[in-house]
Amino acid sequence: MQTSWIPFVPPSASTLSGKVDALYFYLSGVTAFFVLLIFGVLIFFVIKYRRRSPYEIPRPIAGSHKLEMLWSVIPFLIAMSMFAWGAQLYFQNRRPPTNAVEVYVVGKQWMWKIQHTTGQREINELHVPVGRRVKLIMTTEDVIHDFFIPAFRIKADVVPGRYTTQWFEATKPGTYHLFCAEYCGMNHSGMIGSVVVMEPTEFDNWLSGNTNQQSPAVAGQQLYQTLGCVSCHGATGEGGRGPALGGVFGSQVFLNNGQTVKADEAYIRESIVNPQAKLVNGFGPIMPTFQGQISEEQLVQVLAFIKSLPAQGSQTRPTAPSPAGSASAAPSPAVQPAGSK
Amino acid sequence: MKAMETFVTPTPSRVNYLNATYGLKSWLLTKDHKRIALLYLGSISFFFLIGGLYAMAIRIELLTPQADLLQSTTYNKVFTQHGIIMVFFFLIPSIPATLGNFLVPMMIGAKDLAFPRINLLSWYIYMLGGIVTIYALLAGGIDTGWTFYTPFSTSFSNSYVVAAGLGIFISGFSSILTGLNFIVTIHTMRAPGMTWFRMPLFIWSHYATSLVMILGTPVIAITILLLAFERLAHIGIFDPAAGGDPVLFQHLFWFYSHPAVYIMVLPGMGVVSELIANFSRKNIFGYSFVAFSSLAIAVFGFLVWGHHLFVASQSVYAGMIFSFLSFAVAIPSAIKVFNWTATLYKGSISYDTPMLYALGFIGLFTVGGMTGLFLAALAVDVHVSDTYFIVAHFHYIMVGGTLLAYLGGLHYWWPKISGRMYPEGWGRFSALVVFVGFNLTFLPQFVLGYMGMPRRYHVYPPEFQVLHVLSSAGASILGIGLLIPLLYLIWSMRYGKIAASNPWNLPGLEWQTSSPPPTENFELTPVVTWEAYEFAPAEEIQVVGKFRDTSVEEV
Repeated sequence: MQTSWIPFVPPSASTLSGKVDALYFYLSGVTAFFVLLIFGVLIFFVIKYRRRSPYEIPRPIAGSHKLEMLWSVIPFLIAMSMFAWGAQLYFQNRRPPTNAVEVYVVGKQWMWKIQHTTGQREINELHVPVGRRVKLIMTTEDVIHDFFIPAFRIKADVVPGRYTTQWFEATKPGTYHLFCAEYCGMNHSGMIGSVVVMEPTEFDNWLSGNTNQQSPAVAGQQLYQTLGCVSCHGATGEGGRGPALGGVFGSQVFLNNGQTVKADEAYIRESIVNPQAKLVNGFGPIMPTFQGQISEEQLVQVLAFIKSLPAQGSQTRPTAPSPAGSASAAPSPAVQPAGSK
Repeated sequence: MKAMETFVTPTPSRVNYLNATYGLKSWLLTKDHKRIALLYLGSISFFFLIGGLYAMAIRIELLTPQADLLQSTTYNKVFTQHGIIMVFFFLIPSIPATLGNFLVPMMIGAKDLAFPRINLLSWYIYMLGGIVTIYALLAGGIDTGWTFYTPFSTSFSNSYVVAAGLGIFISGFSSILTGLNFIVTIHTMRAPGMTWFRMPLFIWSHYATSLVMILGTPVIAITILLLAFERLAHIGIFDPAAGGDPVLFQHLFWFYSHPAVYIMVLPGMGVVSELIANFSRKNIFGYSFVAFSSLAIAVFGFLVWGHHLFVASQSVYAGMIFSFLSFAVAIPSAIKVFNWTATLYKGSISYDTPMLYALGFIGLFTVGGMTGLFLAALAVDVHVSDTYFIVAHFHYIMVGGTLLAYLGGLHYWWPKISGRMYPEGWGRFSALVVFVGFNLTFLPQFVLGYMGMPRRYHVYPPEFQVLHVLSSAGASILGIGLLIPLLYLIWSMRYGKIAASNPWNLPGLEWQTSSPPPTENFELTPVVTWEAYEFAPAEEIQVVGKFRDTSVEEV
């Protein structure tokens, strides 16, 4: 909905913002109604039934079940309408679309480091085009932060040891506030920046104007070499002593404890910093941890590289075997159960 | 007026709880619940003053978009300490430990609380906790926010986290002991004839509060212990690198701290039920609905902590369940507001100071409650959480609700507590100043919040300045409004008009004894033959027990 004429509403610049505003106006309307009702009735009663003589004793009134039911059920129904509206909007918006452009965000006391898949890096600035869906994949190097863009009505905590995501589709070119909304220490109120929304052609120009930077996938490939991943997982992720990585992202991985897990960002991250937590079926606990040897930004780059690897065919790919096969696949005694370290 | 004072004809005794014994020792070793209430009154007023000074510093700093009065490090400590002092050392003990301590035995016709020594112990524990916290403030302060979120508090903050946590940990036990004392007292020490459904609603709300104190406070104690172990010994429970989870802390913290909101506001609801009924000389409309809604709030209050974590990477489905439950917990509060309003219908409403505070409470609590629905509505909460919208919302509940109820109750029972009247004109005037100042302070903050102003920022974009200046102006008015009662209440202890034993002409048991009461509260154990808030025509009042009105009408 169009809200630019209404005072005290921040700029509305995403496909979500108008929808959130609509719910906000509904809530404000109901609030205004009940506040005026209560104030009105209070003032009316207080004037009408003011004490006229010090000795007057009004007749007692016991109460009324009918009225009690009325003012329990009606507020409950109104509350449920708010719940349904709010939950439906939230539910929609917590599921990122599959065709979104990904942008990596790493929070750090007290700055935002941002990298586009094409290689552009930014600090405390995020350039995005109008009309394209953008998904932020976010983590932090230290404490909890929160990536808050008021003009888009989105906000999500950035939690150490996890990837959190949020997405948006900008609708209006302009420069908007970016705030850290979770208290993060001394310079918390300095952890701000701007989101620059550009027309798509302008954005493409901006992207091509910064060609000297490596894309995260290329940087990730170099790390893959220097950290020695290559010796077990193969130069192109074909596998070897370790499981194959080609095409693994987004697939179902069969673990040696009989469970399957979806190979999302969180799983890949965990398999690098805590490899023993979930072992792929058929592989022993031989991988060392990379905790402390790789920064959050480098992790994101390795992740981008793994995501970019094409599937290698099915000969070594650790997909789930048939149910019959899974029952007979006995894990080696050296293998620890999932979750232990 | 005189006619009603013969209600139970107390023999005015010259010896009362204030002058029964003299000397510092007689106060520091007292087992009298009324004296302990006064010890608490003095100590929480002291902590309120400290918390208020921090609030002033915050509002002055926020007058401009730059950092001028306070730099980041100091500002972070100031808002943290404002929160810790106000929440743990003022709001949580405020009404239960002062008015509750004084009135729970008197209202049910008992001589004292069930465990007088434990009652005194709870004050000493509270003071010990307070002193340890003050030590933390003086030694260097704490800058984690009153919420202590990990991993900032465990691995990054260089301030006195463990000392401040220890202070809160200790003071929690005083809360538990007070709750325990109230529950046992209410179960076992009611006067003959004081059945459960004849109890004033103040008692019901304190009963519900005590349940939350006993069941909730141990959780914050455990949480603070884990925090201290993590910070001192790095056990890894909140550290992802060691397999822990920083968000687990938020779950544990809010599992207590959300119910703690009800520890703060339920007693206020009890006070307001008393004020509304007594100053309109009406029985409470729907007594049992108001009584049971207190219990419902206490129970549901434990099931909604997750609404503080809608943007903290909690699962979508958990978010939806917590949102639903948060909407559900709003209903008992709505029932109370409607019943209070309906009580005024065809009443005889006086405009005395306590009533002005009670009316103010209903208005502000309605605003606070309704804006709580914005925060329960998932999609809107994502936008407003951790902004000034939240700050405004909880101040409407904590200050507009609890503080107004506390002040109203303090004025209402002041004649009984001190034996003196407060100056009525000044009372009404300051109640009005508080109401205006409060709204001017916190209404602009709702707007600021929706516009995107994050909380805990002292440097902010210039477009927010106008609203911040309005808010600071309101805060100075509010400050004056709070200073006036402080001055005239102290003044009235010596110079106030001598109070009659029942200056408001009310049927409640606490008014059927002298002002101030004797140490044992009642000369003879009262026998209760009337319902709560049973007023009667003046001519029927003379005969005790005969004024059970048969003409109670159903609407």
